[in-house]
Amino acid sequence: MKPVDFSYLNAMNLEQAENALAGQSCSIVSGNQSLGPMMNLRLARPGVLLDVSRVEELRRAEETDTEVRFGAAVTHAEIEDGTVPDPTGGWMRAAASNIAHRAVRNRGTIGGSLCHADPAADWVTVLPALSAQISIAGPDGVRKVDAIDFVVGPYATVLAPGEIVVSVAVPKPSAAARWGYWKFVRQVGEFSKASAAILDDPDTGRSRVIVGALGRQPLLIDKPDDVIAGRIDGKAALSHALPDMPACAVRMHAVAIDRAIEQMAGSPE
Amino acid sequence: MAGDTGTKERSNSGVGARQIRREDDRLLRGKGRFVADIKMSGMQELAFLRSPLAHARIKSITVPDALRDTVYLAADLTGVIGIRADSGLPGFRSSVQPILADTKVRHVGELIAACLSDTRAGAEDIAEEIQTEFDELPAVWDMTAAQSPDAPLIHENWDKNAFLETQTEVDFDGATADAAVVVNKTFRTARQCMAPIEGRGLVAVWDRTLEVLTLHSATQMPHIVRTGLAECLGLDHGQVRVISPDVGGGFGYKGILLAEEVCACYLAIKLDRPIRWIEDRREHLTAGANCREHFYDITGYAAADGTLLAVDCNALVDSGAYSSYPFSACLEAAQVTSILPGPYKMRGYRCSATSVTTNKPPILPFRGVARTGVCFAIELLLDAIARELSIAPEEIRARNLVTPQEMPFTNITNKYFDSGDYPEALRRAIEAIDLPSIRSEQKSQTGRERIGVGLSIFCEQGAHGTSVYHGWGIPMVPGFEQATARLTPDGGLELRVGVHSHGQGLETTLAQIAHERLGITIEKIKVVHGDTAYTPYSTGTWGSRCIVMAGGAVATACDALGQRIRNIAGHLLQSENDDVALEDGVARAGTASVSIEEVAKTWYLKPQLLPDGVDPRGLEATEGYKTVQDTGTFSYACHAVKVSVDLDLGHVKLLDYVIAEDAGTMINPMIVDGQVLGGAVQGIGTALFEEMPFSETGQPMASTLADYHLPVAADIPDIRIIHMETPSPLSYFGQKGIGESGAIGPPAAIANAVNDALSSLGAEVAQVPMTPERILAALDQAEKGDKA
Ligand SMILES: Cc1cc2nc3c(=O)[nH]c(=O)nc-3n(C[C@H](O)[C@H](O)[C@H](O)COP(=O)(O)OP(=O)(O)OC[C@H]3O[C@@H](n4cnc5c(N)ncnc54)[C@H](O)[C@@H]3O)c2cc1C
Repeated sequence: MKPVDFSYLNAMNLEQAENALAGQSCSIVSGNQSLGPMMNLRLARPGVLLDVSRVEELRRAEETDTEVRFGAAVTHAEIEDGTVPDPTGGWMRAAASNIAHRAVRNRGTIGGSLCHADPAADWVTVLPALSAQISIAGPDGVRKVDAIDFVVGPYATVLAPGEIVVSVAVPKPSAAARWGYWKFVRQVGEFSKASAAILDDPDTGRSRVIVGALGRQPLLIDKPDDVIAGRIDGKAALSHALPDMPACAVRMHAVAIDRAIEQMAGSPE
Repeated sequence: MAGDTGTKERSNSGVGARQIRREDDRLLRGKGRFVADIKMSGMQELAFLRSPLAHARIKSITVPDALRDTVYLAADLTGVIGIRADSGLPGFRSSVQPILADTKVRHVGELIAACLSDTRAGAEDIAEEIQTEFDELPAVWDMTAAQSPDAPLIHENWDKNAFLETQTEVDFDGATADAAVVVNKTFRTARQCMAPIEGRGLVAVWDRTLEVLTLHSATQMPHIVRTGLAECLGLDHGQVRVISPDVGGGFGYKGILLAEEVCACYLAIKLDRPIRWIEDRREHLTAGANCREHFYDITGYAAADGTLLAVDCNALVDSGAYSSYPFSACLEAAQVTSILPGPYKMRGYRCSATSVTTNKPPILPFRGVARTGVCFAIELLLDAIARELSIAPEEIRARNLVTPQEMPFTNITNKYFDSGDYPEALRRAIEAIDLPSIRSEQKSQTGRERIGVGLSIFCEQGAHGTSVYHGWGIPMVPGFEQATARLTPDGGLELRVGVHSHGQGLETTLAQIAHERLGITIEKIKVVHGDTAYTPYSTGTWGSRCIVMAGGAVATACDALGQRIRNIAGHLLQSENDDVALEDGVARAGTASVSIEEVAKTWYLKPQLLPDGVDPRGLEATEGYKTVQDTGTFSYACHAVKVSVDLDLGHVKLLDYVIAEDAGTMINPMIVDGQVLGGAVQGIGTALFEEMPFSETGQPMASTLADYHLPVAADIPDIRIIHMETPSPLSYFGQKGIGESGAIGPPAAIANAVNDALSSLGAEVAQVPMTPERILAALDQAEKGDKA
């Protein structure tokens, strides 16, 4: 199938992008790795495409003492390759390197991935676990939303029409922090069937257990310290959070929690 | 001879040489020319409005007035008849697949309207504007339910939803009397899609001066498509030319005459404009390339020592809504009854098989055809019997396999095994996978990951001919295979064959054969194929027949041509014809020689030098070839695989994979490897990943490659191939067809390995693909059974 007819705008800086968004209803496109397939299947039929993949402000990554702020149009490949700094000393690079295939990573972007909000996507699970914060520019200025609150359902976010994600800020964990991210894929490049991302960081108080690929927004598990320490097992934590979840799904996601805990380690770098 | 691994001296480009594929230079450099590369001025793009429903009566089709002259409906196709592929087997119920449906639709994706525009997107826009109204009927989506008396009839004038029911029974009564065990199992294989890298596609052009229709089509059987097209369009054969350019894989799907082809050709003639249709992956998955779906209810009877006494089976094949041309809807199921015994001996046998009609796209023959299903059924049955008797899987196989001493062997269904040493293939596979060390590794495992090992053995009947196929009574029966060998004035050799090469490497292997017979350097040999105007009629590329049939035809034509070359050379060398030998591009008699180039020049350009009584047919020979006996060559293999199964996730990993196979004389061992590996990867897809599920309303559920999972490089272990080389007494060089072989063994071997891994837990899978969900369900069931 081929997409229905559309027109194409290309923004080189944020101002141009914001002006375009203010002027008309248009669909933002970044890496086009999710929107493109949907347009080809005619499931998405935007009249106007606004390409933000070259917007200067969205292409940068800035490092401070406490965090790295990724422009929304930084690609998975740039994170994988270390072309941009990794606030976690290697954890984000590792996660990026297991997204899709390299061809998709060359184009797909961190912002696009969050905005597409596929429940099984990697950043959608990983970024809330790292307590990332998302900056959104809109007609009324810039607002910030915690990553855990950004995705509100399958393929649904808090973004209002005319808003654009500008950047994702990921705080640096403490030196003692440990991290585990595990996803179940049968095949390389496949979206996961179950996933869990865990940060154990008592020094900053940002310890978190996030379960992904649930067909809904990522799940923030209560009492992460108890889960990490094994005082509450994964199955119990899941059944408590989502009592209606079918047994076989609980089983797979509980395995994801267990294996993420097993794999927990400090930063490689 | 069996097991001769072929250390004998071989010419560096003749039969047996590891000649690099000559077609690869153009294909790997992106210089191939596929249908979608063809552009013509004035060309119109075709897109179809397809049925959104599986089973419905069409109430109305409304085309907006403004678009009326860009849309064609059934009534507009004057004089066109639907596709009909009947079998002559008694009781066959005949279907006609409409080119465009106008009264009833019988599967999702069936063609309703043809829409034309300058671009594909434009044609799709038009298709969206057409309004349709349907009376939806209940869909027959499952082959077992289709059999129920209250199932709705798909073809209303039939008495039941079945194209054909066949039975075979040989010495069954009495054979079961001494059975120490009786094991009954049900097995299922999923509906699959063939997924060649290139889908179907076509460009149809009408030449109004010559009154010739040229169809450029991605097909593996151009001559058969020509015959089918001429019938549907009411044209003379002489008015139809089919060109099959470079084709990106076929696997059976590209052997089929498509309604899309008939429709596009009609429009090209009517509008006198080139028409192009390129199948997209969604059409391919949901409406086109369906295959494989089998169900078995099978019972094995065995003596205490594992001797197989009898097999009793009731098989169903989900054949979809229509009988497709030329193989018909019954080939797959009817084959089940004759090939289920595989390479095993048994005293009694009974099998019935039904080609069930359902509201799904027609089932098409995919690499291995029915063999992949029957291998799955018989090999899982053998393991189940072995478990019941507490004997090893290799032991039950060794006990029942046909032995080399029994060759040639006629089995219980009258299949003639030409040659081979099956127990030796088993022995070599077991040795290579190192079965004893896997068994000891298994003893010490305690964790949540279990390893298992599995075997499968099968034979592949290839290049079977007239006597086998006329029995099916389908529109196409192969006879003599013809080839033309023609010397050009500069001493080059042109081979013209009616088969088509689309991955098989025939541009290389047929040249190797010609080189072997004539000594002309391989660089000067050109293989011409894929154009009905240039090549002799052939049923085409299917049934693992090309290297045997086209290879034999090329050798025979080259021999005839060689005779004529020697004749002229003998005259030039003033020597007796019989004393002239052809080697290294020259004709030699004793110490005197003349180049073949000089012989050619003499015939074409210096006829004054020709002898009296020279053969007036010149340096061009067309010859027909049949094997010594046309019951087919039997290649065979033993697959052995080591897997691990994650008990928490039901995830299967392939740790090691060995294939011990025998293709008879290998024309090019590297190409045999390629065929076996490619097939094995597809078989791994069948075993673990590939499935086109349908909803209860008959909707295909895997409409993109994100949902239809193909095996990818990272899923495939380093497959090790062990060659045996037992020549066939039936073919020209002793070669055997092996094109489909690789795809047959993996589902059975991998399922047996998974079941081996799960055996201590009492769990068993009986269905492919073995998804995590199915494996976890098997584990759950075993656990529940334990508690009960
Ligand atoms: C074969 C394949 C396999 C894949 N496998 C995985 C996988 O394993 N894991 C995984 O996580 N992902 C996977 N993906 C998805 C991939 O990571 C995509 O890159 C990602 O989901 C979308 O990023 P994008 O930049 O391509 O977004 P686009 O496709 O350009 O856009 C996606 C959506 O986000 C919106 N959008 C984009 N940028 C912004 C912005 N700055 N502000 C507001 N809205 C915006 C668009 O309007 C659109 O709705 C896969 C994709 C493919 C094709």
